[in-house]
Amino acid sequence: MKLASKDLLGIKELTKDEIILVLDTASGFKDVLKRDIKKVPALRGKTAVNLFFEPSTRTKTSFELAEKRLSLDVLNLAATTSSVVKGESLIDTALNVQALGADFMIIRHSSSGAPHLLSKHIAASVINAGDGVNEHPTQALLDAFTIKEKLGRLEGLKIAIIGDILHSRVAKSDIYLLTKFNDEVRLIGPPTLLSQELEALGVKVFHDMSEGLKDVNVVMMLRIQMERQGKGFFPSTLEYFRYWGLTPERLSIADKEAIVMHPGPMNRGIEIASEIADGPRSVILDQVTNGIAVRMAVLYLLAGVRE
Amino acid sequence: MKILIKNGHIVDPSQNIDGIGDVLSEEGRIKGIGDLPPTPNLRIIDATGLYVFPGLIDMHTHLREPGFEYKETIKTGTMAAVRGGFTTVCAMPNTSPVNDNSSVTDLIITKAIQEGACAVFPIGAITKGQDGEELAEMGIMHAEGCVAFSDDGRPVMNSLIMRRALEYSKTFDVPIIAHCEDLSLSEDGVMNEGLLSLTLGLKGTPAEAEEVMIARDIALAGLTRGRLHIAHVSTEGSVRLVRQAKGRGINVTAETCPHYFSIMEDAVKGYNTNAKVNPPLRTKKDIEAIKQGLKDGIIDVIATDHAPHHRDEKLREFDQSPSGISGLETALSLSLRLVEEGVLTLNQLIGKMTVSPAKILKINKGTLKVGSDAGVVILDLNKEYKVEAEKFVSKGKNTPFDGWVLKGMPVITISKGKVYEW
Repeated sequence: MKLASKDLLGIKELTKDEIILVLDTASGFKDVLKRDIKKVPALRGKTAVNLFFEPSTRTKTSFELAEKRLSLDVLNLAATTSSVVKGESLIDTALNVQALGADFMIIRHSSSGAPHLLSKHIAASVINAGDGVNEHPTQALLDAFTIKEKLGRLEGLKIAIIGDILHSRVAKSDIYLLTKFNDEVRLIGPPTLLSQELEALGVKVFHDMSEGLKDVNVVMMLRIQMERQGKGFFPSTLEYFRYWGLTPERLSIADKEAIVMHPGPMNRGIEIASEIADGPRSVILDQVTNGIAVRMAVLYLLAGVRE
Repeated sequence: MKILIKNGHIVDPSQNIDGIGDVLSEEGRIKGIGDLPPTPNLRIIDATGLYVFPGLIDMHTHLREPGFEYKETIKTGTMAAVRGGFTTVCAMPNTSPVNDNSSVTDLIITKAIQEGACAVFPIGAITKGQDGEELAEMGIMHAEGCVAFSDDGRPVMNSLIMRRALEYSKTFDVPIIAHCEDLSLSEDGVMNEGLLSLTLGLKGTPAEAEEVMIARDIALAGLTRGRLHIAHVSTEGSVRLVRQAKGRGINVTAETCPHYFSIMEDAVKGYNTNAKVNPPLRTKKDIEAIKQGLKDGIIDVIATDHAPHHRDEKLREFDQSPSGISGLETALSLSLRLVEEGVLTLNQLIGKMTVSPAKILKINKGTLKVGSDAGVVILDLNKEYKVEAEKFVSKGKNTPFDGWVLKGMPVITISKGKVYEW
């Protein structure tokens, strides 16, 4: 089986079988990462360009390492050092990068749809590393990989996603992915950060943690951006933590085997208590490790599409 | 040149004419209408099986000149108008410099006389620089030729200034045209707010951002008894508000645009910047309400909000790309679909594109009355054609209707005495 598209634009665009293919391929690469020599020659001679128009540490590092583990040549272009600041259009920047010989373009951009725009103009494989508040597909794939690894299955689970759903591309991708696997997805947060409209996607909306967390198998926390404070989304981080912060008492409402996830970077004491972040049920650092395997799988499979 | 248009089906709501007849035009002026015998030195146009209308009026056009000639010029914009069956357009003031003083008004009028393919009436800014703070010199601009005042895309947020504008403009009996949008509520929205904006990850503008401003402006029109015209109505709630206001006898008129009754928000799927427009495309229930509003006469006018942009500007990230649709060349055909659907009679539709805007603007256009210089459009109602944006006369190729098959196209437009044939 192959992926249908040369690009990975979002989870919306993937079928359930394609997601399973990525996850299965990723477990092969996870084995590679456990070896002494963590590198395979799979994509030797090909080039990946990481086009990051928004600051990122973890996703960029993860992609870069995944690329290197596959023996790709890697080029990093950050917006501040590129010609974007000189007023070059996105399409022109990408065409120039392609002319340098890029086979993969990994793009992060503050405008939703920026990778979709590129995919129409670029022959290289475009991988969405986060676009605006639309999607962050590789994050959802690594989340799914981690859930399956820890709980042994991906279907029929109760999963709560907590926080700023409205502005979270991670939450969107996770919702699209998990609903494809018939999981019961619950979204919890203040009404200002969580639209009731989302129920049309087949999820349940809660504003009360003690209701929403009941018996869930997975607790996914989202980062609360400090900028939201003072814009009327919630009065203060103090008040936010009181109602929607993940504390040991609240976690006890969830299933006793429940795992806790966070896409990072975390705000300790704002959305998550340190005891939990560092506690036995946290799989936050496993997510980071799995991210490399999943991104290797995506690169590898997309190369297969273009052959 | 004398032109005799023979045997056409004439529709002229200004004279309640709806039947077969002839129209005689000489040097751009109507010299006769009815059953006219041919005389020597005449060019005869056989309009058998065709419709003959007064040249249409577009009361909401962006000609972009001065300042944005790379998007459109008075010359290309008026040519696009003529192609679309319009022989009168009203130029919105958001040029650079803004049309907020009589020298800019004069420049537009002079240029339009020299280079324009059709009549151009400027709309002046309500406030200096469209900044919403200080009233522009409405009287002097009116004397120079402005027929209405509007801050268009930059609505007057200060209610006191809007009150003053509605009051002061009464001196000259000119309408204040309001682009109704509460900017604090729409914030940086780029499409209609709803499930689709959530799933595309685009910032939505709720229908209420339009409606709260319409409610405010209607209240101020009631207070001041000024003349208020609501631009591009796009929501069900807006139609309801205008309906209530008219029921209460408030002096308010309203327009909508073909894209608000032809396509829905899903046109932006795939981040199609050619469907990005402000106010944004809405939903099925809004379209239904707008059609009902047109039928009931709550919406008086169909205007284009012709907003040409350069290709490079639309080839951008969705949220970075400017709003607007190049509308002059598709407006009539899209509106004719309302006749086919039974929403409007042909007579009613032409009324909303001729006599109705003429009445609001108090201009002697959109009529085939003897003596009028409004121009004539001859239309083949059954002619099907494919919209090809690349072939637009307008510089702006930005249309969400590219590739659509539409029916009813002007075959001849007579404007400023010149015959344009296609």
